[in-house]
Order: sequence, then C-alpha cells, then structure tokens
Amino acid sequence: MTLSRYAQWALRAFMALGLLFIYVPLMLVLINSFNGDRTFGWPPHDFTTRWWSAAWDNTGARSALLTSVKAGLGATAIALVLGTMVAFAVQRFKFFGRDTLSLLIVLPIALPGIVTGIALDSAWRSVIEPLGIGKGLFSVIVGHATFCVVTIYNNVLARLRRTGINLEDASADLGASPGQTFRYVTFPMIRSALLAGGLLAFALSFDEIIVTTFTAGPGVTTLPIWIFNNLFRPNQAPVVNVVAAVLVVLSVVPVWLAQRVAGPEAGASRT
Amino acid sequence: MTSFLHRHPRVRLAGLLSAPLLWLGVAYLGALAVLLVSAFWSVNTFTGQVVREFTVANFRTILTEEVYRNVTLRSLGVAASVTVICVVLAVPMAFYMAKVASPRTRKWLVIAILTPLWASYLVKAYAWRILLANDGPMDSIFGGPGYGLTAVVLVLSYMWLPYMILPIYAGLERLPDSMLEASADLGARAGRTFRRIVLPILIPSVFAGSIFTFSLSLGDYITVQIVGGKSQLIGNLVYANIGAANNLPFAAAIATVPVVIMVIYLVAVRRSGALEEL
Repeated sequence: MTLSRYAQWALRAFMALGLLFIYVPLMLVLINSFNGDRTFGWPPHDFTTRWWSAAWDNTGARSALLTSVKAGLGATAIALVLGTMVAFAVQRFKFFGRDTLSLLIVLPIALPGIVTGIALDSAWRSVIEPLGIGKGLFSVIVGHATFCVVTIYNNVLARLRRTGINLEDASADLGASPGQTFRYVTFPMIRSALLAGGLLAFALSFDEIIVTTFTAGPGVTTLPIWIFNNLFRPNQAPVVNVVAAVLVVLSVVPVWLAQRVAGPEAGASRT
Repeated sequence: MTSFLHRHPRVRLAGLLSAPLLWLGVAYLGALAVLLVSAFWSVNTFTGQVVREFTVANFRTILTEEVYRNVTLRSLGVAASVTVICVVLAVPMAFYMAKVASPRTRKWLVIAILTPLWASYLVKAYAWRILLANDGPMDSIFGGPGYGLTAVVLVLSYMWLPYMILPIYAGLERLPDSMLEASADLGARAGRTFRRIVLPILIPSVFAGSIFTFSLSLGDYITVQIVGGKSQLIGNLVYANIGAANNLPFAAAIATVPVVIMVIYLVAVRRSGALEEL
C-alpha cells in the first residue's frame, strides 16, 4: 500500500503528538522536583536542588527502597526457577493439560490485582499463619513471585522454541553427561532470555502496589506503598517529587540493559 | 541417577512440573477457590466473625441493589472507553512505527514506547494528579477536566497505551511490505488494502492489547483514588469492604464480578488467536 505524502505526514504528526502525550507528564515530574516554590505553583518561578538533598536524608524513603529491592530480588529468584521449569516442561514434553497450564500461568496477571491480593491474603491468614509464619516481607515475595513467573516462562519458552534441541542432541552424542550438556549448551542458549525475563520480573515486582497492599505484614513498606502513603500529605510533597523523578530517570536503565544484552527484541514484550 | 532420569521421561516431566504446579496449581488456584467459596459465606453483624454457612445473600445484594449495578456498569464503561481510546491512539502510532518510519527511526521509536513502561505506575498517576490539579497546568490551559471520572479514563488510557501499541506494532511488523505492494499492484486502493490485508493482522493484536487495557482498568482502584475525586469503581468497593467494613465474604462476592467478566472476555478473544500475541 503506497501511502500518499499527505497520509505519511498525517501519521508522522500523529506519532509526534502521541509521544508528546506520553512524555509531557514524565517531564513535568522531573521539572517539579526542582521547583523552588513549596506549594509547587505552576509555572515554577525559581529552581532549587534542596529537595534532592532533603530526599536523600529521608530515612523512610531509603528503607522503603531497600525493602523494594529485597522483595524484587526474592520474587525474581523464585520466578526464574519456577518459570524455567514450566517452560522446559511445556516445550520438551507432551502431556495432558499442557494448554491449560499456559492459561494458569497467565492468570495471576490477567486477573485484577485486587483479586490475587485478597485471595493470597486470606489463604495466608487461614493456612500459613497458624503454622507460625506471619505476614511480612516473605509473604510479599511469595505474592510477587506468583505473578512474575509468567515473564520468565514466556521469555524462556520463546527461546527454547527458536533454538530447538539439535545442539543438545549433538552434545549428548558427543558423550557429554546431562549435567555438562545443561551447563555448556542449554544454559548459554537461554541465558539472555533469563536476563530479559528476570529484568521484567524485577520491574513488575518493584512497581507493584495492589498485591503488596494485601500481602505485606505490618511495618513492611515497599517504595510504591511509601509513595502512596505520602501522596496526600502536602508537607511530604517535595520528597515525593524527588522520589518520583528518580524513578522516572531509573526507568531508562532496564531498557538500556536489555538493548545491550539481548538486542532490541528482548524488551519488546512486558509479559 | 541421571541414566534413570534419561530412561524415564515421565519422571523428568514430573520433576519439572512439581514445584510450579504446587505453587500455581495448588496454592494460587486453591486461594482463588477459597475466595470464591467465601463469597457464599456471611459475616455476623454483631461479632464481626465470618459465618461459614452457605448463602447467596451477597450475590442477591449485588444483583438487586442499584448501587452495585451502577458501579459495575460504570467500571465496564471506564474499561471499554479506555480500551477504545487506546486502540484509536495506538493503531496509527504502531502503523507509523512499523510501516512508515525508517528502520533507524523505528528502533528509537520502539525504545521511546518501551521506556515509559518501566516508569512507576504511581509516578504516572502522581504526574497526572499534578497536571489535573486546580490551577495546575491542565486547568490553566484547557480549563479542566479536574479530578473525576473523565480524569480516570484519561489517566488509565495514558497508563495502558504502550500495552496496546506494542502487540499491534509486533503484529504489523510481521506483515511483509511486499504484501502491501502486491495488493497495490493488483489494483487495490489504500482503503481496500487496509481492510483486506492489514485488518486481519490487526484484529488479534488489538484483542491481545485489549486484554491488558480492559483487565488492568477493571481492577484498578489506585488511580481512582488519586485522580478520581469522589467516583468509585469495582476495585474501590472491594477495597472498602475488606478495610473499613471488614466484610471479607462480601468483598469476595464483589471481586467475582470482574473475574467473571475477564474470564468471559478471555474465552471470547481466545478464538481470535489473541493469546498467542501476548
């Protein structure tokens, strides 16, 4: 289909407007973190960096960041193991209910977060709490891992489908033990898929608020929960602005990493 | 040990599936099942204790009382509007990216669409809270819309737009340019090529994107709290019944509404091949 010049220009203009729509709010967050006015009047009249130093000294925000990193790493580790196992099972074996299995894995992110949240919360309270393990950071990790499995599963499955099993067969024919084949052939093949999936899983966990609200024990505050708790407090606005700006800047990192490690297609799907 | 595993693929399969199935199949599905069952329980109004006796009272309340019907319809309306807005914005953008832009520009555009996905959900909602505030940028330029249901639709469309662009882009990218040229060579005008060649590729991708936009909008209650003013969606009702009202059975009953809607939606779009496009 050869588009007329007019149509091409119209599409280009539409694209530009779309990007403007996507980026203006994010730019606003960045600018506002330097807004010198305490009430954040718009447009800003003078600029300052003092909110940034105030945010750096804010212990609440810092410990929330640490909690989020711990939860993200824990959930990603579990999801890496579980997701890879399912991907291998689905790709290498035929079994009853294989199609249903992929639906089961998508379910935790396809269902509204609040449903997963209260389901896990009431299950934890009625089954695991009587065993003496109260809700805390661990329950957050369990909740996050549940919906992170899908990112690893999809990435590894796509990789296994593309690479096939010829190389592994060759490795076995040449006398490698299954352990050696996994270490020297299979693992290097799926490594970048694991990294891409792991990045996604970490990002999903780092950003999650709804499931966290229901699975976090008392005193466990992740960064999104901290932001939400302070969002409606005008005197905390300067620090919230800076934390928000930091998160906007940080969002460039995983995209850059994914581009470097696995090429442009690696980050192309968030699920 | 290894040779035993080698000779018994079923044992290997069981080994691979055991942990994930225990986690997702038993623990997660179990939790969902208990939630579903508890929707048929009730709460003793004096003691606040959950009474584990079967009753359909919760569902009767949801189906007969007008508040709940209105909130359900409002939530469906918001989810549908968000999905439509996202499709309208995403199709031209994805088409430009896949079929008009040069390969170099295309690469940068994909990055430009991907990057905001990694920016925090709350930060985006917060950005719009600033934008939409009284005397804020939107108010001083456009004189509105302020906090409310319109703001919710606007902000949710903003949040989920990349989720719609990416599957559509991926679908269009797989469509070879030569097919569009062939169609033109055979005498089809742009409109006809679009209907006969582009649209069949587009539909499963749009459905795939709509799973995100629809489901994510249907369960949202945070954005509503941040920019929604006084308006309420299903999520807010569920949240209120767990927190303030402490009525888990009723919360569970309300929560089944979006689940039923989503399951119907997933089954309906599965036939278009949308699930493979996710």
